[in-house]
Parts: sequence; structure tokens; C-alpha cells
Amino acid sequence: MLNLIIILVKIAVVISIALLHVAYASYFERKVIGHMQVRMGPMEVGWHGLLQPIADGIKLLFKEDIIPANADRHVFMIAPMICFFGAMSSIVVVPFFGSFKIGAYTVGGSLADLNIGLLFILAMSSLGAYGVILSGWASNSKYAFLGSLRSSAQVISYEVAMGLSLIGVIMLSGSLNLSDIVEAQASAWPLGWYAVPQFPGFAIFCIAALAETNRTPFDLPEAESELVAGYFAEYSGFRFALFFMAEYMGMFIMAAVAVACFLGGWNPVPGLGWIFPPGVWWFLVKVYVLFFIYFWVRSTLPRYRYDQLMALGWKFMIPISLANIILTGLWKVVF
Amino acid sequence: MLPKLFFFYFAAMITGLSVLVVTRKNPVHSVLWMLLLFFNIAGLYLFLNAEMIAIIQVIVYAGAILVLFLFVVLLLDLKKEIAGEQYTDIWSIAVSLVAGLFLLVIITFQAFEIADSEPVMLSDLGQPDAIGRMLYTEYLFPFEITSVILLVAIIGAIVLAKRKLKE
Repeated sequence: MLNLIIILVKIAVVISIALLHVAYASYFERKVIGHMQVRMGPMEVGWHGLLQPIADGIKLLFKEDIIPANADRHVFMIAPMICFFGAMSSIVVVPFFGSFKIGAYTVGGSLADLNIGLLFILAMSSLGAYGVILSGWASNSKYAFLGSLRSSAQVISYEVAMGLSLIGVIMLSGSLNLSDIVEAQASAWPLGWYAVPQFPGFAIFCIAALAETNRTPFDLPEAESELVAGYFAEYSGFRFALFFMAEYMGMFIMAAVAVACFLGGWNPVPGLGWIFPPGVWWFLVKVYVLFFIYFWVRSTLPRYRYDQLMALGWKFMIPISLANIILTGLWKVVF
Repeated sequence: MLPKLFFFYFAAMITGLSVLVVTRKNPVHSVLWMLLLFFNIAGLYLFLNAEMIAIIQVIVYAGAILVLFLFVVLLLDLKKEIAGEQYTDIWSIAVSLVAGLFLLVIITFQAFEIADSEPVMLSDLGQPDAIGRMLYTEYLFPFEITSVILLVAIIGAIVLAKRKLKE
């Protein structure tokens, strides 16, 4: 019984912190992009616009939930929930810190320390594609439908490259458990980061993560100038907010996987261990840096053309990640 | 008691969802019920401690194959599909044939004698390395044959698509 209560409290804490992160990631994004474009970003609500995400949330919560007359009602209503659920459930395997003991009770660094954590994240992120396809189809609108077809084709193609780029890490660490990967990484040559020996895998993972979360330069599914807003063009009110949160949650998950698999997880940045001991703060700092890079890329690069996107995915990234797997295998045999 | 309860829950859900899949008029709804069906099958695997197989079930069937199903269904002319007849005229014959087969299976199962030995519990079936070791040692030949068959299917698909392009 006590265990059950502890688990429920942990879930509540992690989910509420994650949702706050989602809200403030949008603030962070608007500020960063604003300053990069020599604007101030949100300034009106609160000191330097600090309460802007809260105001946005309240606005979306109270807006009318419009369902188009010719839409498939039930599928239309379920689709954003599938999207949000797919993104949210991945968070149970993210390792925030190393497990430690208080008396007889072991505090785990993640909600569920699954042996197949990495595969679980891949499975749940592929579930998100359903939300996208179904929302576009159920809206009964050509813009939404085209957006959803683009998005699902993109997500399916880049998922392959992403899965393959992680195999090198799995081979080096010998585990699919994210906490074990972080532990094994601490003794990796030369810096304790798999990002160094696995740099092709890391680069491909980062590019695929951008495509997987529909971010610029791969934001074709929601290309405003062509498709209004893409697959969620017909959504309003809180259902729209669910898509929005699912997108930021997806970014958080991708950043967390990159940190755990390539950047040493909760361990300190090499050479900076004297500032803070290993812990959740190092994990979060690394995630924030990756978030900043996401926003940086968005305000710097123009959008790809669709055929370029597909060619990049299939003809360039998949062969390179396959070569990376072979090289990693040779490395394992030699050393 | 509890394991039995779990098993009957999953069995009932799987049967009920399969019926829903074949009786829906709208193919998109059928695909959605099938998605739920795959998750229930994965639940059954989890219940057997085969977490690796459960997650592969979700990634391969729910994440890849069913998405392709959905693509094909979305490209159909759904309005015509929904307005038309859902079943052919001989569905009653088909149902009685299947029911007869099912009865036959039940009768033959009763003729089986249960062995005295305890069922073997594979405790490490959930471990990826256990599955990998099995595939690359004991079952290497079937494994390689499967990959050759898949390769043939891939080459076949490319050949068919290329021929269309030339015309």
C-alpha cells in the first residue's frame, strides 16, 4: 500500500513538473527567437512576460471547442488525446538521476526502470503518428489531410534512421535500459560521453529528432504558407492545446534521450564535476542546452522542400547510420 | 486466481475487439479497433514475462504495419465503401463453416491428455540478450531463411514499382 502511494506521488510530481516545463519551453522559445530577431518577445503579462504561458493556457482552456460539421466526431475528439498520451507516456522511462537509498527504500531515478526503456520510447513515439494521421483525416479538410499525410510519411521515414542511430549506443553499453546506458557511459573513452565515439550516431539522432518532432527545418506538416497550420488546422480550444503540448513534450523526450544516450545523463559535464555532484541538475542543464539548440536551428535555417526531406532521410541518413553500426561492431571486436 | 482473472480479461478483450474489427462499416474505425487489439495482445505477452516480445509487437504491428494499413485505407473512396454492401451474400455459409471448424477444434482438444510434467517457465524470455543468443545460435538457419524471404519481398516491391514508372 505504501509503495502504491509513493508511486502515485512520484507520477504526480514528475507529470506536473513536466507540464510546467512544457509551458515555459514555449516562453523560452519565444524569448530566444525574439532576441535572435532583435525583438523583445513576450513582455506584457508579468515581469518580462513571465506569466505569458499561464495566460495562454487559461485562454485556450476557456475557448470554445469547435467540431466541424462534416468531421468524424469520435475520431476527431480522440486524435489529440492519442498524440498527447503517446508523448506523455514516454516520460516514465526517462532517467532523471541515479538511484540512491534512503534507509531500506531505494529511490529510482525514473518512474519505471524498464529493461527495454529505449524500445519503449521508440514504441510510444510511433504511437504519436496515429494522432497526427487521424486528426488530419477526421477533420475532413484538405489542408489538414495533406498536412497529416506529409507528417506521417516524414515520421515513419525518420523513425528508421533514429532507431538505427541508437543501435551503436546499445552495442557499446550492452543494454536497452536507459539508467544502465548512463552508468556504462561514465567509463567510456575518452570523455565519458558516447557523443564522442558515436559522433555519426549523435549527429543523425539530432537531425532525426528535429524531423520526428516536426520542428524547423523539417516543419513541412505545418508549413503555414502552404497548409494553413497542417493537421491541426481545424482544432480549437483545449484540443489544440493538447497537440501543442504533445509537440513540446516530444521535444523534451527527444532531448532527454539524447542526453541519456550520448551526453552522459545525470553525470557532470567532463571537467566541471567540482561545481556540483552528479544529479538531476546536470540532466536538466543538458536538456535546456539542447532546447536552446532546437530554437537556434529554428530561427536560423529555412524550410526544406519535401523531396529533399525524403531524399535526405532515405539516401543519406539511413546508409550512414548502417555504416556506423558496422564500424561500431568492428570497434567492439578490436578493442 | 489473479493470473486467471488477468488472462480472462485479455482473452475477452481480444475476442470482443476482433469482432468489432470485422463488423465496423467504416474501415478507419476497424483499423482503430485493431490498434487496441494489438495493445491487448501485447498485454498478454507482458503477462507472460515476455516484455521484449510485447514491445516488439507494439513497435512492429501497431507502429509500422498498422500505419501502412491506415495509409491504404485513407486512399480508398470511403464514401462509396460505406454506402455499399459490407458483406457478400454467402456470409451465412462462411459463418456456419467457421463455427463447425471451431466445434471440431474444441472436440479434438478434449481428446488431449495433459502431461504430468510441470510447465517450463522461461524466466529470461523478456531479456533481449537471451532472445538474441537463441536467434544466432540454435535458430540461426530459420532466422537467416526468414531474412532472405523478407529480402525477396523488398526486391519484389521495388521491381513492381519500377515497372509502373516506365510505362
